[in-house]
Amino acid sequence: MSSLSRRQILMSGAFLWLFAVAGTTLVAFTEYSTSSAIAENERQLLLRNLYALLPRDKLDNDIATDTRTLAASPLLGTEMEMPVYRARQTGEPVAAVFNSIAPNGYSGRIHLLVGVYVDGSLAGVRVVKHAETPGLGDAVEIRKSPWIKSFDGKSLDNPEASRWAVKRDGGDFDQFTGATISPRAVVKAVHNTLLYYQQNADMIFDQ
Amino acid sequence: MTTRSEITRNGIWSNNVALVQLLGLCPLLAVTSTVINGLGLGIATLITLVLSNSIVSLIRGFVRSEVRLPVFVLIIASVVTIIELTMKAMFFDLYLVLGIFIPLIVTNCAIIGRAEGFASRNSLGPAALDGLMMGLGFLSVLVVLGGLREIIGFGTLFAHAELMFGDAAKALVFEINPDYPGFLLAVLPPGAFFGLALLIAAKNWFDLRPVVQQQTSTVSAETV
Repeated sequence: MSSLSRRQILMSGAFLWLFAVAGTTLVAFTEYSTSSAIAENERQLLLRNLYALLPRDKLDNDIATDTRTLAASPLLGTEMEMPVYRARQTGEPVAAVFNSIAPNGYSGRIHLLVGVYVDGSLAGVRVVKHAETPGLGDAVEIRKSPWIKSFDGKSLDNPEASRWAVKRDGGDFDQFTGATISPRAVVKAVHNTLLYYQQNADMIFDQ
Repeated sequence: MTTRSEITRNGIWSNNVALVQLLGLCPLLAVTSTVINGLGLGIATLITLVLSNSIVSLIRGFVRSEVRLPVFVLIIASVVTIIELTMKAMFFDLYLVLGIFIPLIVTNCAIIGRAEGFASRNSLGPAALDGLMMGLGFLSVLVVLGGLREIIGFGTLFAHAELMFGDAAKALVFEINPDYPGFLLAVLPPGAFFGLALLIAAKNWFDLRPVVQQQTSTVSAETV
C-alpha cells in the first residue's frame, strides 16, 4: 500500500462527500415527486380493504379519515396506538373496523382488519399481512381460501364463548388440513376483538 | 478488449450471475416461488444493473481508487431507492408483492461485482451492455426457477400476472389441473435450493456434453 498524502486523503473525502450529496439529492427529489402518488395508492388500498368488509351503500362518511386512535390493548393484540375506522350513515354509527393482531401465528403475527357492526355482530374479517406457510397456513388469506368468510355474521353469543375455537379444540370453526395453528390464532384474535368492542363500544363512536 | 458478442455470451450463459458466479442467491432463492415474482425482481435487478454499470463507467476516470467501493455502494443504494419509490408510485400492486425484496437488491453482490469487475474498466457502451446482459441472464434464471417451482408447487403458471400487466393478463394464467394437490416442498425455501441445483446441473451437463462425447469416441476408437 502506498501511503497517501494529506492532500490525497482530503480529495478522496471531498469526492465521497460529493457523491453522498448527489445521491441524497436524487433520492430526496424522487421522494418528493412520488410521495403524493404513494399516499394516494396507500389510501386506495385501505379503502379497498375497508369496502371489502362493509358494503359501500351501508355508509356515507369518509371511513378512511373518520378514525379514532386506540391505545395499545392486549385484546387487540396491539403494542402501539392503532386507528379504528368508523362507518356512519347520516351521522349514525354503523360499524367499526379494527386493526387487530393475532400474535401467535405459526410464523409470527397475523395482521387483521376486523369489521364489527354496532350491534356487535361481525361484518367480516380480512388478513392484511402475515408470514404463514404458503400452501398451508396461508389459507387464512381470502385470495387462497374462502375460510375467512366463516366469521361473517358471527358474534359473542353466536356461537357461545366455549365454541369460539377451531374444531380440533371443540369449537365451531374449521381448521385446514395440516395447519391448525394459523386458524386457531385468527379465531382467538377475532374473538378478542369482539370482547374489546363489547367493553369499549361507547368510547369508540364518541367524538 | 471484449467484443459485444463476448459480453452477451458471458452475461447470458458462460458467466451467468446465478448459475456460474452464484451471486445474488439471497433474493434469487427468496422470491422465485412463482414466475411473476421472479420476473418482477428480475426486471428491477436488470434496471439497477444497467443504471449502476452506466454511472460507474461514466465516473471511472476521476473516481479515486481508495474510495471507489463506498462510491459504488452509494450509487447502487440511490438507484435502488429510486426504483423502489417509483414502483410504489406507479406499480403499487406489484410493490405489495415484491416490496420487501426490493431493498435486497442492494445486497445482491452481482451488482457491485459488475461495477468493480467490469464497468469501472470499460467505457459506457460495453458497460451498459454488460449490465443488460448480466441482468438478462439473472432474469432468465429467476423466471425459469420461478416457473419450475410454481408448476410443481402450485400446478399453475403466470398466476397473479394481472398484478404486473393489468387485468387483461388474467388470460395468461395456466393451470395444469384444478385438482392438483400442490407440492409444498417446491414452494418452501428447500425447493429453491433443489431447483437451483437442478438448473446448475443441467447447465453443466449441457456445457460438458460435447466433451464427453469426444472422450467416449476416442475411448471407443482406442478399444477398437
